[in-house]
Amino acid sequence: MKVSNLTWKIGGEAGFGILSTGKIFSKIFAKKGYSVIDNNEYSSLIRGGHNTYTIRISSNEIFSTNKDINILVALNEETIRLHQEEVTYGGYIVYDENDCNIGDFKKARKDINYVMVPFSKIISELGAPKVMVNNVSLGASVALINYDLEILKNVIKDIFGRKGSEIVNLNIKSSELGYKYIKKKLKINVYELEIVKPVSKMLVTGNDAVFLGAVRAGCKFYAAYPMTPSSILHLFASIEDDYNIVTKHAEDEMAVINMAIGASFVGARAMVATSGGGFSLMNEGISSAAMTETPIVIVLCQRPAPATGLPTWTEQGDMLFAVHSSHGEFLRVVIAPGDPEECFYLTGEAFNLADKYQIPVIIMLDKYLSESHFSYEKFDFKNITVDRGKLLSKSKDIDGEYRRYFNTDDGISPRVVAGIKGGIHIANSDEHDEDGYSEESAHNRKIMVDKRFRKIKKLIEEIPPPKIYGPIDAEITVWSWGSCKGPILEAMNILNQKEKKVNLIHFTYLYPFDSESIEGIIEESNKNVVVENNKTSQLAKIIMMNTGYKIKNKILKYSGRQFLPEEIISGIEKIE
Amino acid sequence: MVMDKTKSKYSKENYNLKPGDFNTERKPTWCSGCGNYGIWNSLKKTFVKLYLMPHEILIVYGIGCSGNGANFIKTYAFHALHGRALPVATGAKLANHKLNVMIIGGDGDGVGIGGNHFMHTCRRNINMTYLLHNNKVYGLTTGQTAPTSDKGFKTKSTPSGVLEKPVNPVLLALASGATYVARGFSGDTSHLSEVIRKAIKHKGFSFIDVLQPCVTFNKQNTYDFYREKIYKLDEIKSYDKSDLNEAIKRSMEEEKIPIGIFYQVERPLYEDGLKQIERKPLVDHIITDIDINRLLNNYY
Ligand SMILES: Cc1ncc(C[n+]2csc(CCOP(=O)(O)OP(=O)(O)O)c2C)c(N)n1
Ligand code: SF4
Ligand SMILES: [Mg+2]
Repeated sequence: MKVSNLTWKIGGEAGFGILSTGKIFSKIFAKKGYSVIDNNEYSSLIRGGHNTYTIRISSNEIFSTNKDINILVALNEETIRLHQEEVTYGGYIVYDENDCNIGDFKKARKDINYVMVPFSKIISELGAPKVMVNNVSLGASVALINYDLEILKNVIKDIFGRKGSEIVNLNIKSSELGYKYIKKKLKINVYELEIVKPVSKMLVTGNDAVFLGAVRAGCKFYAAYPMTPSSILHLFASIEDDYNIVTKHAEDEMAVINMAIGASFVGARAMVATSGGGFSLMNEGISSAAMTETPIVIVLCQRPAPATGLPTWTEQGDMLFAVHSSHGEFLRVVIAPGDPEECFYLTGEAFNLADKYQIPVIIMLDKYLSESHFSYEKFDFKNITVDRGKLLSKSKDIDGEYRRYFNTDDGISPRVVAGIKGGIHIANSDEHDEDGYSEESAHNRKIMVDKRFRKIKKLIEEIPPPKIYGPIDAEITVWSWGSCKGPILEAMNILNQKEKKVNLIHFTYLYPFDSESIEGIIEESNKNVVVENNKTSQLAKIIMMNTGYKIKNKILKYSGRQFLPEEIISGIEKIE
Repeated sequence: MVMDKTKSKYSKENYNLKPGDFNTERKPTWCSGCGNYGIWNSLKKTFVKLYLMPHEILIVYGIGCSGNGANFIKTYAFHALHGRALPVATGAKLANHKLNVMIIGGDGDGVGIGGNHFMHTCRRNINMTYLLHNNKVYGLTTGQTAPTSDKGFKTKSTPSGVLEKPVNPVLLALASGATYVARGFSGDTSHLSEVIRKAIKHKGFSFIDVLQPCVTFNKQNTYDFYREKIYKLDEIKSYDKSDLNEAIKRSMEEEKIPIGIFYQVERPLYEDGLKQIERKPLVDHIITDIDINRLLNNYY
């Protein structure tokens, strides 16, 4: 059967390499030009627990994973129990009778096919370790799609190459055996993907994209304490020598943010990343950056909270926290990319905004965006350019007597790289005068608060308004932010097949909030609904706070899982 | 390999600053008789002795009476949050290891709220100098107990006397791996100035616990109290500064209080392990057009 879209899911116990198996499967399609988006879901355990990896493959452009699974690979019975319901009519479950008692499941769903592959037997006959059942399942899956076994072998070689030829060969061999088993057993091809233009696509997560964007933007100091998104820490650490970057796994998140502030103070572009708990600890530091007007980029990856919460799952519960983070009133920028491509370019932008306005810039991700792979033909890194604003790095650039917090018309005072002659000053976390000396007079306080806030005028002009997707005159306008973009676009495309039903206003910049342009959009639109992965509809709140408009319709999810397009469709269909 | 001890480009021939040249336009706001004056004077004197120019020095200050010194010493200064001076200094030093970086903060700042940073900064052995203004009390918040206060010490927050044993900053620094550990007394500025000079010259993380009388909120640890108890380690001919056990033993003395250098050894710097700063400081790299093709290719 020829298909343009196919969803594959593998499930099994933690410790069975579900993650790397899924990544290999995503890669073999991206390499040949297919669009791929995946989502891996796992619990905060090293062994045990249930892990899954869902991959949507398409010959067209796609924006998110979806609900209907065509092929479910069950490495244990629990996978069938938990996900059988997601398998589409006529879909397949691949299992090993050794691990799964299939009888009752067959009774429950007669409309799907059950394909037995003796994973463990194949592995033990080969004399390979048990974890390699993954590879048997990969080979079997490739056969079920009549796909290219060679590309699978190549990717396995790439990924396991470091482990030596013996391991590589066993991995390859086991995938071949899975492949052959299916080819022999099933005479017809179950699925066959439509042909696409054969361009190799890259496969990146939000974390990868932030990292790449930051390296391009000239980030020279990266500090973190292990917590989601820890892969950014690992990525920086792996290239720090080659790219002249210092990566520091510091003692805690207070150290992290303050080290980055120190590095930035002497002129290095600096970034930190964390999730809610670490961000809470960093809060005081953020205000220090604000008061001293030291540029800083902070990545905040949202997970379901409060407290430790669901540490490996996803949510959008921290928007208002980020927008209002830390004590006191101060200017900051809050950015929420919707996909890895936006993560890449907006990270570049984040560094420029931090430098130009000498303020903290927060980039909000969530676990889904951080760790899901998306395919792209390329990132055009030349589109990230470096603008350091009013940074003076040589003594001769200093004009007359230097005053760090000089009260300029635009509120932005020239900043020197600490250490140059003629630029001596105090960067002061106390309120200070134009020279940086601690100063408590009422008169000075007002001047300095106004100076720091005056920057907003230029900043707001520079920040693009939310993006509109879909027909301008749609019946329903969806308001959303961050990673909900993908599932909403999928839902929108389906709903708009017959009529101009839906459009999307997507916020990548959450703050500062340009009330005027938003009011204009609200007035123009018919019915409004917010879609957010949280309980309290924080975007609706921030819109109301800034415009007075109340968006009553809400499609909210807070189960720790990312939205599926199907859920958004059914939510929209319920709107009266 | 990476660095010689950061030192001034200036020398006797072209240097003509006097301690007073390190004064800012602001007059100190410390209580008259405060031990901070002695430290302030010793520091300025030391800069002159080392031919250091104000712009070659970055001092990161904590919050406290001690931290208020940010306004009174003319160098590059970062007046950080309470307890966070060490990480700010660390980031600054790693980004530009050519700067002479110092840290000044109170005992509450350093071993109370910032205690975790203290331990880790000691073990890192980054080439910086940390002056702990130890008045055994919270000065700026008008006289509560500090982690260094003596047991039984009565303050506003401990009216019946402190129940805990005090933290011993020298012992803590020794245990945490600092490579230069000393104690000074703000009432003996020529001795203190020497201890500071050697600390700045030391290649590695140098820590000085400065006994600093707070004339307003600590009526127990006064100038006289210290004058009576203090003795100088450098006056003991047989004292071996490289003997950690001996240093630990001396650091725990209470009846008599040793000042001077307890411990000094050479150990590779944290910076020595960073290949990426071997050729030049991070901040000297041009970042306008970094080619990331090599990285992007990893994702295909
Ligand atoms: C997070 C935080 N907590 C509390 C304070 C209030 N505070 C300011 S200085 C200080 C203690 C000062 O004692 P110490 O560090 O010993 O410095 P000293 O004034 O004695 O030099 C405190 C608690 C603060 N500024 N920040
Ligand atoms: S309160 Fe104590 S430490 Fe603070 S200035 Fe006065 S004497 Fe010095
Ligand atoms: Mg104190």
